[in-house]
Amino acid sequence: MGFYFAQFLTGLASASSLFLVAAGLSIIFGVTRIVNFAHGSLFMLGAFIAYSISQQFGFWLAVPLAALAVGAVGWLMERTVLSRLYAAPELFQLVATFGLVLIIQDAALWIWGPTDLLGPRAPGLEGVVDIFGQTVPEYDLFLIAVGLAVLGAIWWMFTHTRFGILVRAATEDREMLQALGVKPARLFQATFFIGAALAGLGGALEMPRQPASLLMDLNIIAEAFVVVVIGGMGSVAGAFLAALLIAELNAFGILILPEITLVAAFAAMAVVLVIRPYGLLGKPVTSQPHAVEIQPPQTFARPGKAAAVLLMMALLSLPFIADSFIVVLAGDIMVLALFAAGLQFMMGTGGLISFGHAAFFGLGAYGAALAVREFGAGMELALIAAPVAAATGAAVIGWFAVRLSGVYLAMLTLAAAQILWSMGIQWQDVTGGDDGILGIWPAAWANGTTAYYYLTLSLCGTGIAVLMYLTRTRFGRLLRAGRDAPARAGALGIDIKKQSWAAIVIAGTAAGVAGGIFAFSKGSVFPDTLAIPRSVDALVVVLLGGLHAPAGPILGAGVFSLLEDVLSRLEYWRAMLGASIIIIALFAPNGIAGGIATVLTKIHRRDPPAGDVRAA
Amino acid sequence: MNFTRLFALAAVFFVSTAQAGAEPIRIGEINSYTRLPAFTEPYKKGWQMAVEEINAAGGINGRPLEIISRDDAGKPGNAVKIAGELLKRDKVVMLTGTFFSHIGLAVADFAKQNKVMFLASEPLSDALVWSKGNEYTFRLRPSTYMQAAMLAIEAAKIDAVKWATVAPNYAYGKDAVSAFKQVLSKLKPSVQFVDEQWPALFKIDAGVTVRALEVAKPDAIYNVTFGPDLGALVREGTVRGLFKDRTVVSLLTGEPEYLEPLKGEAPKGWIVTGYPWYAIDTPAHNAFRKAYEARWKETLKMGSLVGYNTIQSIAAVLKKAGSTDTPALVAAMADLKVATPGGEVIYRAADHQATMGSWVGRTDVVGGGGQMTGWRYVDGAEVLPSPEEAKAMRPTN
Repeated sequence: MGFYFAQFLTGLASASSLFLVAAGLSIIFGVTRIVNFAHGSLFMLGAFIAYSISQQFGFWLAVPLAALAVGAVGWLMERTVLSRLYAAPELFQLVATFGLVLIIQDAALWIWGPTDLLGPRAPGLEGVVDIFGQTVPEYDLFLIAVGLAVLGAIWWMFTHTRFGILVRAATEDREMLQALGVKPARLFQATFFIGAALAGLGGALEMPRQPASLLMDLNIIAEAFVVVVIGGMGSVAGAFLAALLIAELNAFGILILPEITLVAAFAAMAVVLVIRPYGLLGKPVTSQPHAVEIQPPQTFARPGKAAAVLLMMALLSLPFIADSFIVVLAGDIMVLALFAAGLQFMMGTGGLISFGHAAFFGLGAYGAALAVREFGAGMELALIAAPVAAATGAAVIGWFAVRLSGVYLAMLTLAAAQILWSMGIQWQDVTGGDDGILGIWPAAWANGTTAYYYLTLSLCGTGIAVLMYLTRTRFGRLLRAGRDAPARAGALGIDIKKQSWAAIVIAGTAAGVAGGIFAFSKGSVFPDTLAIPRSVDALVVVLLGGLHAPAGPILGAGVFSLLEDVLSRLEYWRAMLGASIIIIALFAPNGIAGGIATVLTKIHRRDPPAGDVRAA
Repeated sequence: MNFTRLFALAAVFFVSTAQAGAEPIRIGEINSYTRLPAFTEPYKKGWQMAVEEINAAGGINGRPLEIISRDDAGKPGNAVKIAGELLKRDKVVMLTGTFFSHIGLAVADFAKQNKVMFLASEPLSDALVWSKGNEYTFRLRPSTYMQAAMLAIEAAKIDAVKWATVAPNYAYGKDAVSAFKQVLSKLKPSVQFVDEQWPALFKIDAGVTVRALEVAKPDAIYNVTFGPDLGALVREGTVRGLFKDRTVVSLLTGEPEYLEPLKGEAPKGWIVTGYPWYAIDTPAHNAFRKAYEARWKETLKMGSLVGYNTIQSIAAVLKKAGSTDTPALVAAMADLKVATPGGEVIYRAADHQATMGSWVGRTDVVGGGGQMTGWRYVDGAEVLPSPEEAKAMRPTN
């Protein structure tokens, strides 16, 4: 009995530190509707800054000072980048915050160096206490107290201060608050400060528990998302409950099944989202931001058509005019373009955001690899197995996902991708774990840079063309109807859910084809094909290319790949990549294609009718 | 910039290119520099120093060595793409590098497909030279199996019967536990394994993991966690008394990369593999240590030695082959002998694994930091399976 109680307390201590991070994330989302990917980076900064301060001023001063410093960083982030993106679709905010992740990661490496830094223990709380014959560290009890105190303080602030009341009002209905004359700018700044400070506090309080390391940012962020989503986005009490649920699930789960550690949290999130779509204590968001700006589908304008023909000719003749590495790079770009084109179709035309598009890419890659290894399939058959596997996965995930909308849908896709990623790593008998599946090379006739390039070009080109065609069919128009006016479309008898489901399956199939081609081009498949950075790649490409531009994915994939290829030869290249992403998110809201179109129209001085921005 | 300076710069450029003379031998190097800088930066310093030494001494057969180093950002797909570029555009004569096992395996498969030699420096995966070994791939560092076997030999000498294991839940952790179990059970059939903990890599919930280990009441613990997980495990385990009266056997923990961050809280009395650079007193190692400290103004890490030995191996094979053709290089790798600061290393012809060993000893806190004491160097050949056995593990094609 004593053992289980002590284990419960240990879980509670972990829940406390998880809650601090998640509470900040949840408040920020509630007020600003920003899904802040950089929240984990703030947590990491908290740990590093606290370490540095503690070397001079000791532990107890370091913790609050670090929290304040990180709060200031959060405030700065809001002022310089995010405040310019409130009206933009979620995609922009997410991608911009991911740019911040890259910048903070390199900044931390530059400031603190690569080595892990183990901070001091908390003076006065180094010992253990005896509870029912079990030893419990004093610091654990302290952490539990801090978690409860912060929960209490936030509750008090929400109910007793004007600021808190405004925060709640903004969470409930932002437009109404603005209509009542409350200036959102101040409110948003304060929210970011508090949210960031909570993340910083969480990081600082980790000092006695784990060393500050450069891996902390991405390690915590996925779990913090899980907590926020399970609790209900914007609900602080929900975050507390969810943190408790996740931490205790882990504390007792590993006694029974020590190997479930990675999967458990994401599986719990998927279950909660299916049963309670808005989380345990969340409410449907009333002022749902538009996933995409309402725009008619863009078509190729005349210069665009000419450019497309030129591009096509260039791609076809590439092996004759460029060295073989350029040809390989072009193949990689085509794969990325098809992968992103599916996402663009889903998001641009269908208004369905996905943060876990890598799930389908990875399913395609693993589908192809397993077909080769388990069934001895040739490349041709494996390249059919790839989209089949991805489409099947998309059908299952999509069936659950279409019951949700907006950010919740995006989060469910993220959870699904993370579950698959965990399986990729931990289901070693099938996937080979992170040693992956090797020896997936093309058939003899396609084995050669030029031959495989043409295969890639024809498959990806066809895929992208089909997606472009679908956008313009009746199905595409109905999808848009469901996206722009769901109530009216429903009243007209359009089965929106079924349509969205079909859109997800189509997007998944395209990603699956891309994944299959990728597997054969690299000769191997690893769990990173399913990981968050891969999903982010697709989002960045869609952002760069423009949500609605027909050639967007190709343009976006090209620019992104070349940028990465050039920058990655330099030191601190991630910060430069992050900065480039943020600049594009801020200054080219229609992507590069949209940017070119704007420039062209300005040159021609023939302003198109409003809302009819044609893409190059 | 004024014209005089510009002119001076141009002059320097022309003179230096004119002096360079002989065409350099280009080697392609790929590693996860941004993903795990804590391990790859000392490694880079090690190989850079070796290249400088070799070129200062006149290069190889009159040609300077040039390393083209690239960051794979921890993504195997990137590594394969970069390998292609190094091979096709930069015309490198061979590939080397990689830290993560899966990236090492991906590049090894690329090497096989493209018939180019690959010297894997850091990855530990057993599969690299055994179950997925190939003609073109060689490995320097002692593998997971070798290091686990070194520890199992020591573990068999202590009284403990009931063992618990804790390892990150991914391929390296799984391999390290199964190798340890296999060797220890063979040496001492009476041992029992009473609990296994598999925290997610770099995401250990140390408190609950420690309690789960405690409740199994083992006599001894075998640990495979490293990096930030190790720091968390040591803290929580110490405060909860997990390590009191228990022997802990711990993989890689004696390497400065892992031991130094723990500072004065480094565990005492753990049996570990590692690199006691501060206490190795041989002429070769002293010279290496002095040169490294003078060049970089910092102390040695395991990675420094691995990086240095990698380039020494490459220099040795280039000299022995007398050519940069792949078949000649691969042939010259057979039983290639390389003098390293740690002693002579042989690349076994049977399984392409080098006999570079590791140091096994006990941890202690000396002068406010963790060190290894009572250590001995275990030559890799002592723990490797016989050439016949190793060959049988490799694919036959």
